[in-house]
Order: sequence, then C-alpha cells, then structure tokens
Amino acid sequence: MATEFHNLQELRQSPSLATKVFIQRDYSEGTVCRFQIKFPSELGSRIERTLFEDTVKTLNTYYAEAEKVGGQSYMEGCLACATAYFIFLCMETRYEKVLKKISGYIQEQNEKIYAPRGLLLTDPVERGMRVVSFLSNTLIYCHGRSSYQKLAI
Amino acid sequence: MNNCEYQQIEPLSLPTPRPAAVEEEEEKARRKWEVFPGKNRFYCDGRFILAQQSGVLPLTLGLILVTTVLFFVFDCPFLVKHLTVFIPAIGGVLFVFAVISLLQTSFTDPGILPRATPDEAAYIEKQIDNSGSSTYRHPPRTKEVVINQQVVKLKYCFTCKMFRPPRTSHCSLCDNCVERFDHHCPWVGNCVGKRNYRFFYTFIVSLSFLTAFIFGCVATHLALRAQGGRGLIFALQESPLVICFLSVWSILGLSGFHTYLVASNLTTNEDIKGSWSGKSEAEDTGNPYSYNNILTNCCSVLCGPMPPSLIDRRGFVPVEQSSQTVSMEMVLPMPAAKEIKVVVGPTPSQLPPSRALQVPSSPLPATPLSLTGRPQFSCLF
Repeated sequence: MATEFHNLQELRQSPSLATKVFIQRDYSEGTVCRFQIKFPSELGSRIERTLFEDTVKTLNTYYAEAEKVGGQSYMEGCLACATAYFIFLCMETRYEKVLKKISGYIQEQNEKIYAPRGLLLTDPVERGMRVVSFLSNTLIYCHGRSSYQKLAI
Repeated sequence: MNNCEYQQIEPLSLPTPRPAAVEEEEEKARRKWEVFPGKNRFYCDGRFILAQQSGVLPLTLGLILVTTVLFFVFDCPFLVKHLTVFIPAIGGVLFVFAVISLLQTSFTDPGILPRATPDEAAYIEKQIDNSGSSTYRHPPRTKEVVINQQVVKLKYCFTCKMFRPPRTSHCSLCDNCVERFDHHCPWVGNCVGKRNYRFFYTFIVSLSFLTAFIFGCVATHLALRAQGGRGLIFALQESPLVICFLSVWSILGLSGFHTYLVASNLTTNEDIKGSWSGKSEAEDTGNPYSYNNILTNCCSVLCGPMPPSLIDRRGFVPVEQSSQTVSMEMVLPMPAAKEIKVVVGPTPSQLPPSRALQVPSSPLPATPLSLTGRPQFSCLF
C-alpha cells in the first residue's frame, strides 16, 4: 500500500484544531432519509462545492432507493409475513444491501476526493442516520488487507 | 518535512496491532450492548432486546398458551369427530403466528436512535446559541421544519442530546428515543416503533383471529353437546370460552383501532395527542406523512422496507488505551505527541472514523450492522 505524506508544517502552523462538520438531515419530504445539500460554511475552501453537492446528492439517491416503497419491497414484506418473518434470518434485506453499497461508495469517495483534501467522510449509519460528518485535520490509520496504510493529512 | 515530527508520531504512542491485541486480552473487549445507556435488557449476547420492565409479557404468553392448550385438549377431539379435521389445523396455524409475532415484537429493536456523540451535541448547542438569544438556555428548544407544506416542530431531547426527527418520541420507561414511536406496550414488554410495528400488528390481528376462532369453536362445542354438566372438569373445559369472551372484545377493538391507524398512516402517539386533527378547520392540517390513499398507506407501513437496527448491539466498544478524557474528535497540538491516544469516546455509539476507510476483508454481516469483531481504532492528534 502506498504511503503518502503531506506537508505537516502547514498543520503545525495552523492554530485550528480538528473540526467536525455535521450535515443534518433534510426533513422537507417527510421521514425519508435525506441530507441537506446546503454547503456548510465551515468547510470553506477545503472542498469544491460541486464535489460536495454531488456526494450528498448521490447519498440521497442511494437512501431513496433503499427506502423506496415499491414492487420489490412489497414482495419482500409479503414473503416475510408469510414465513412469519423467519426469512429475515436467511436473507439480507434490500435496505442492508443498499447500505453496503453506500459504505463502499463513501470509502471510494474518501480515497479519491476527501482524503487528499484533508477531510474524512463518515458513514451516517454510524451516527444513527442523523448526520453526515466531515472530519478534518486528522491522522488516520487504515487497516488494509495486508498492512497498515497511513494517510497523513 | 520535519523528521522529528514523524518520530513523535510513528513509534511511540501510536497503536500497533500487537499492543492492541494484548490490551484486548487484558481487558476483554466489550460489546456495545453492555454499555448501552438506555434502560433495556439484552439476551443471547445482544441478539435480543427487551425493555427493562418486561411488564406482563410472561402473562400474555401464558394466557395464550394455556387457552390454546385447553382448547386442543378438550374441544378439538369432539369437534374433529363431529365437524372437520381442519379445526385443530387452523387453530395451530393461528397459534403459531400469534406466538411468533409476539416474540418478534418483544425482542426486536423498535427503532431506537443512538444518543448523539459529544461532538454532535456540542455542534448543535453551538448552533442553538448562535441562532437563539445569547442569554440563558432555559427555553425549550424546538426547531421547525416544513414537511409537505406543513410546519412540524422538532423538539430537542435533553437526554439524547439531539433534535428528535419527526415522529420520534422519547420513551421514559426505556429511556430511549424511538423512531416512529407508537406506544410502549406492557403486554409485549417493549416499545412499539418503526421496526416492530408490523410484528405488533400481525400479533394483534392473529391474536384476534385466534381468540375469535377459539371462542367460536368452544361455543359450537357447547351447543352441540347440549349437556348440563357440572363440576371442575366442566369449568376447566369452558375456561377457554370465558377467557376468550373477555379478551376478544378488547383485542378486536385494538385491532380495529390499529387498522385505522395503519390506513391513515398515524401513530398511537399522534392520534392521542391530536397532532393532526386538533387544529382549526380553516387550515389544511392533514397528516403530512399520509399518502392520502388507504392502500398505499397500508402497504408502506406494513410492507415497507425493513430498516436495520441503528444501535449496533453486537459491535465491540473500541479498545481504550487511555483515560476517557480525550474524546475521539479532539485534536491536540502537534508537540504534545505523547497524548496521542487511541480513539474512544465514552458514548457507546461512537465508531472510529477509520471504519469508513477500511478495505473490508470480509463482507459485512447480514444482520444488524456490527463490526466484524476486530476493534478498529484510529489515532487523532
């Protein structure tokens, strides 16, 4: 795994501590899981607005897909009811499948876009689906497949 | 690059797998359910969740069991002989359905929201202070959102330190915020919320069918027999009738009530408070969550997607290597490298941010999301 080093002098001179920026939920369409696309001022010039909006919009699309009430969810619901919900022991629900996709997407976004800019996006499922949070100015160890991969930001 | 900085970071206090593993062995890694802040009880190593006061769940189970057993023992032989063999079959199926859905309602996480991490709470507090008055924080905190052209007030939960999402309510018995909170049911020994409402509905519907069925069968039995009969055996034979007679009305009533709630996409909580009907006729204050179509409402409530549990009961609490005063998100100035510690905050719902960057070496488990068992950690400074 490649190790990247960035200039830490910059970090040393910056008096700001690590900040967390939270993107809250957008309830304008009810209780479906959506996050606000409004660009937070705390991120400032760390990331381009379009990239940020793209990420949040894609996340919103994924969540909408997970929570879509349509043919497949009805089938799943009826089948589950007919089997006295034992089907949930054997089968992964569609929601869980989409959450895995989201997790992969967030990881990919972090690797490609956010980590080079000194930010880290956390998966909302780890925060009770309340917020998407961005961490900045952090030193992170990632447990890779075979060795440690260090990203210094 | 300043070499000295890297030396401070790399060898000394930064965690490596071996020390972490040793730490794990020394203090056994605990699962999150063991440090869960709400008043819940957990069984089978976090697989099943129940309210602290299990209420009358054993009584409910006992009543159903006893009534059905008595029915099978005393009434079925006669009815099979005189009517049809399907009677015990139907009774059996309804009984199995009722008991299974009862157990699922009781032992499923109703949609508990994990409490806000200290950073989230601080961030929200900062926002409230910025926007509101700069004096005291005494006024109850509410936030207004517009949902489907309707203004809905979100309340701040002082226990969970967050603004409750719409339709979420804090159950004082369980000390948790529950999504789409319906009510806390003592018969079932758990809250009824977003994730177990369909089980609860299946339970009361199948129970109403079961009690009505047993009532009907026992009444038929009595009528067909047309005997006087006295004594203990007679009383025992007819007790299912009595139990069912007493309960069928309330259970049927409850099923009817919940069918109405499902059809209009309301919760018991909202109905009782009159959230959407108590206002004047002039304004259009209908339920903003309703699809205005009975079938769509029913389907979305009962057959909608099943969201996963957000509290991650079986995940491991991140291993602590220092005192808990350093929370995950705090950053210390560079020179103080010795204070770099592994993440952990005191709240159980935190997960280290490195999880987001992991290359998962094994697929995530199918059941409620949890860590693969290896405590992950990251280091912040």
